[in-house]
Amino acid sequence: MSDAWLIVVAIGIGTMLIKAAGPVLLGGRALPPAVQGVVALLAPALLAALVATAGLSSGQALVIDARLLGLGAAAVTIALRAPVLLVVVVAAATAAIARLVGVS
Amino acid sequence: MDLSPPIRFELRRGAVTAVPLAIAVGLFGVSFGVLSVSTGGMGALPAIAMSATTFAGSAQFAAASIVSGGGQPIAAIAAGLLLNARYLPIGVSVARFLFGGPIRRFAQAQLVVDESWAIASRGGGTFDTHRLVGAGIVLWLAWVAGTIIGVIGGEALGDPAALGLDAAFPALFLALLMPQLIGRREVAAAVLGAGIAIALVPLTPAGVPIIAAAGAALIGLWRR
Repeated sequence: MSDAWLIVVAIGIGTMLIKAAGPVLLGGRALPPAVQGVVALLAPALLAALVATAGLSSGQALVIDARLLGLGAAAVTIALRAPVLLVVVVAAATAAIARLVGVS
Repeated sequence: MDLSPPIRFELRRGAVTAVPLAIAVGLFGVSFGVLSVSTGGMGALPAIAMSATTFAGSAQFAAASIVSGGGQPIAAIAAGLLLNARYLPIGVSVARFLFGGPIRRFAQAQLVVDESWAIASRGGGTFDTHRLVGAGIVLWLAWVAGTIIGVIGGEALGDPAALGLDAAFPALFLALLMPQLIGRREVAAAVLGAGIAIALVPLTPAGVPIIAAAGAALIGLWRR
């Protein structure tokens, strides 16, 4: 199995089990507050880490390049409450234009 | 399935309410398809299979981003599952309202995504399961169809760096992050998570900094 398929199968099965755990196993019993507290913060912690690594890393190096300009443009677009696809297009277009004018 | 008129009404109501959201979800799926084939991410068929089975945008983008950045499969899997851990409490919240045996409950639970959950909510912590199913099916179709369109379109695109597609990933994660920042704890977890990731980038293989950043969620153990 290729790496991509391994990831698809593992995340697919894992996600199905996570979604079904409450309805099938717990039957509506509440999670312990400590678990709830940690689970609620996983998404913000991981998404922020993904913004940082996808925006600033290249392999094991930290680099500042056209992606950061794209990210800045995305922040403005998000603040204007634009749909996600527009945010992505603005970020990509900004980075592409920056590279056209010589930013790495 | 026995579909009495009130059940059909709620199924249709869920489906109709989901249509405007489904357009946004479909376009989001297009971007997943494009990035999966154009940035050295998942590839065409795995991307479509992933949308059909995982049906959760942030986990799928995280996996695609880690793979395209040269991370190990185990890092991509861990990041995806940690991001989807939020479906544990969401599943618990709707559990009382699902019906049938374990298999039917399992199937209904798969249609729970943020948007269908919101549509099915009747306030006061109660949910209409038929509305959930109607909305969930429409959203799933839009997500998978969008991914297929994106995969086809993405294969026709040229050099991803020249098109700025590598800037699309961080932008997308920022767009997913902002609605999560609803309180001081969430902001603190985000700042700490980003800090951990940045600090580890030069020290560890790609993907590891993201998994380590999950440790920032442990501040949730502090009492409010």
